[in-house]
Formats: sequence, C-alpha cells, structure tokens
Amino acid sequence: MNWYGCWTLYSRESRRFLNVKMQTIVAPALTAVMYLIVFRYAMGERQVPDLDVPYFNFLIPGLVMMAMMQNAFANTSSSIMVGKLMNMQIFLMMAPLTAFEVTLAFLGAAVTRAFIVAIVLLLVLVPFTDMHIEHLWMILFYGVCGSIIMGGMGMIGGMWSKTFDDMALLNNFIIMPLTFLSGVFYSVKQLPESWQAVNHFNPFFYLIDGFRHGFLNVGDTDPSQAIAIVSMATLATIFACWKLWQTGWRLKD
Amino acid sequence: MSAALTVQGLTKTYKNGKKALSGVDLSVPEGSFFALLGPNGAGKSSLINILADTVKPSSGQVSFLGHDLFSERRWCKQRLGVVPQEIAFDPFFAPRDILKIMSGMFGVKPDMVWIDELLERLELSEHANKNARQLSGGMRRRLLVAQALVHKPKVVILDEPTAGVDVELRKRLWGFMRELNANGTTILLTTHYLEEAEELCDHVAIINQGKLLTSQSMKGLLNTVGSSALVLEYAEDIADESLSKLEAFSPRIDANKIFLCLKKDTSGQNNFNAAYQAAIQVLGEAQSVSVQNEDLEDVFLRLTNEHKS
Repeated sequence: MNWYGCWTLYSRESRRFLNVKMQTIVAPALTAVMYLIVFRYAMGERQVPDLDVPYFNFLIPGLVMMAMMQNAFANTSSSIMVGKLMNMQIFLMMAPLTAFEVTLAFLGAAVTRAFIVAIVLLLVLVPFTDMHIEHLWMILFYGVCGSIIMGGMGMIGGMWSKTFDDMALLNNFIIMPLTFLSGVFYSVKQLPESWQAVNHFNPFFYLIDGFRHGFLNVGDTDPSQAIAIVSMATLATIFACWKLWQTGWRLKD
Repeated sequence: MSAALTVQGLTKTYKNGKKALSGVDLSVPEGSFFALLGPNGAGKSSLINILADTVKPSSGQVSFLGHDLFSERRWCKQRLGVVPQEIAFDPFFAPRDILKIMSGMFGVKPDMVWIDELLERLELSEHANKNARQLSGGMRRRLLVAQALVHKPKVVILDEPTAGVDVELRKRLWGFMRELNANGTTILLTTHYLEEAEELCDHVAIINQGKLLTSQSMKGLLNTVGSSALVLEYAEDIADESLSKLEAFSPRIDANKIFLCLKKDTSGQNNFNAAYQAAIQVLGEAQSVSVQNEDLEDVFLRLTNEHKS
C-alpha cells in the first residue's frame, strides 16, 4: 500500500472543499435553516401520524442526512468532472496509486465533508428543539454508510459523465427524486400502501430512516433488515468504484 | 549499456478504430538523451501515454529498468516522470502546493529544498503561491515539467515540452535537462524542433504511421542513413509527376527545388553523375546545382516521405 500517497490524495480532496467553505459548508447550512423556518410555521405543533413525535423533530435528522448525502455526492463527482475537463485526471493515473487507494481517498474525503456539514447543521438546528441523541452508533453507522454510498455514486457518476449536462441529468433525474421520495419530509406510514411498497426499493429510504432512528428512537423500517441492506449497498458501492477505476471506465481509452 | 526501456511489439487501436501503433519495437539505453521523432499523428503520444498509464495498450510488452511495466506498475511509476503534451493543471491550488501534492501521491514526503530548486530552475519562484489559474500557458507547461521531476525519477519522458515556450526559456530548459542527463537521468523527448534534437540528443528514433523507421545513435544515423543530397533549382515550381521518374534517388520537391539523395557505393563513390543525368533528362537544364550534406531534418523528411503509403 502507498499509504502516504493515499493520505495525500485524501487531504487534496478535503482541502478542495475546505478552500471554498462558503459554497460547501455555509451554503448547505443556510438551506437547511430555511427549510426549517418554512416547515416550522407551515406545520406548527403538528405531530407525525403513527410515530408520535413533533413534526419539527422528525424533520431535522432527515434534513441533516439529506445534506450529508448531497455533499458526499458533490465532493467526488465535481472532483472527477473537473479533473476530466481540465485533463487533470492524468496526474492520478500517472501516480503510483492503485484503484483501491484512489477509491479509499475519494470516499474518505466524501465522508469527511459529509460529517463536517452534519456537525455544522446540527449545531445550528438542534438549539431550536428538545431533541437528543438516542443511539449514537446508529447515527454514525448510517452517516458513514450514507456518505460512502453517495460518495461512490458521485465517483461513478463523474466517471460516466462526459459533460456537465450529463452530470445535471444524473442529479436532477436520479439523485433528486430518490432523495425527495426517501422520507425526508414525511413518514412512509402517511403514504398509500402501494407507495409504501415502492419506497422499500429506494436505498435512500433506509439511510434516512435509520439515521433518524438514532435521534428519535422510532422508525419506519425493521432495524436489522435495514442494517443488512445498507451494509450490502455500501460494500457493493465500494467494490464498484474500485473495479471501475481499475479498468479505467470512461477515463482511459 | 543496459536498457532503460525496451518496447516489444506494442500495438494500439483506439475504440474509434484508429490504429495508432502497429507493432513498435524500441530500446532506449540507460543514461541516454533520446529523441523520439515523427510527424504529427505518427503515434508518439500514444506510445508515451501507454508508458504513462493514461492509455491502455492493445498488445505488446514493455520492460522498464528491467521490470515488466504492466505487471509492476507501482515500482515503475515511482521511477518514471512524464510531461504530457496537453496542458493540465489543478485549478484549486498554487504551484508550490501542486508540487507538494504530486510528490506525496508518489509516496515521497515533499522535499522542500528540491521543490524550491525546481521552481527556481523552471522560473516559477515568483508565481509559486499564485493560483495555477493565473499562470500563463508557458508557465503551466513549465509547471508540468516540475511536476514530472518532483519525485526525482530515473527516467523522464517529455512529450513536446517546449511547444509555446520562447527561445530563451527553451534554451534554459534544455540546459536543465542536460544537467539531469549528466547526473544519470535517462531522458526521452519528442519535439518538432529538429535542430534542437540534433544538438541535444545522443540517440534518435523515428516513427511514422505507428511503425518504427529507424532507431540508432544520432551520429550513426547522420553518418550512415544521412547522406548528401543533390539540389537542382529551376525557374518554375516542379510538378509532382516527375517524382515517379526519379524514384531511384528518393526525390523530394520543395517548390522550385528538387532534392535527390546521393548514395555511396562499395568503393566509396557516390552516384552523383547518375542522379544528375537522370534529373536533366526528366526536368531539363537546371538554373543552379549544388550538393548539401543532410542534417537531421533532411534525413527525417526523407525517411518519413519514403514510407508514405
């Protein structure tokens, strides 16, 4: 293992977003605050049906997880896209880094960005509620897995996209629908039964629900089933990134 | 002399069907200053990009300092520095940071003394802390050279490092490369400045249409392949049809001049008379006649013309 090389790439990928904090950390925090203000006054003191928690408390973990996932995706996809457009990915290919080391560094930086965003968001949002941490391990497990899955999808999306148009297509027609229909803003129990079934095929649903469970101690999914699905999805994502980078998919002719 | 690089039967066909290399064999001696020449589209960059691992080969083998390039990539990459032909830079960082990152990715803790020396030698010190986006084209190219050297490679490959670099700077850059070479670094370069290649390099290979035409020492090439040329000048431009009638002398036309290759026979006599008579017969009396010794450019043009399909 070229640990030092892997560490260098990880710090490059992390410094890239730390250098533009306004865009990468402050902006997502502001967006989340605005969502919260809107829903606070729109929903008032309403409770989430069947779950017996204030809607406001229900919303916060979902928003945090959504921001984590979006930022993890943005970190890897933008890096690879810019690399392609600036012809910069050749430096990665010329360096003595294996596909596994590259994957590790990219996903590590995605997780780092997701957690920094999550901590900032929680610091901003939690004072408005009486929420507290119920199961820290669940929060960490789903947080890490969610950012790995989304960071990995960002890597694959970045490799697949030839232009920023391709990337926008991916974002608007796959990532956004999956995130919005994953139960950030509602409990699946509020949906008609057919839609509830559909939701169980959305991997993001398990991530958001599990993450929220860590704060509220209630959820829509069976915890052991969710853990199994999320673990599998995480490993599959890492494996896919590793193998695709190794073959130089859409990067090397 | 052992070989820094041995290429055997290397082929490359791109996904769009373009055949860039059709079985190249090449040996680059360790410690040499090696010129890889060829017209545009000859396959030079394909060859270099395969060595750099930015393009996948279709078939063939490469041995790098005695190690198999494709199965021992890590070992080889740590000892190889490549300056790519196309400008590329990281728009998020300044040159000094870029060099630190590059060094780190090669697994080498950044040697700040060496990094500062590189910046100095490549005349980037003043710009070391500016964002790479603010650099001019020539500076970005020099930064590429610095990036290729930051991990102190044993073999350096430069793919047209001086395109768009002015004369003065080019001279200083070559001076630096000479020093590295004198200290034992093997240098392989491609360039379109043939005069510079002739002056700098001790070995030369010419490729055309994905095939190797010749590879030998610069002196050897100029002495054996290089010959003298009979130059006849006419009042009017010479028609291309006359080329076929003078094929025996590898003719080349440059507007109103025709160059005929003079070859020595076993007794050391050249075929001046035969060439002259043939030319007069086909083209008529010339306005002026002279004999020139071929330099690298002439040899290059003649060889690549002879092998046009």
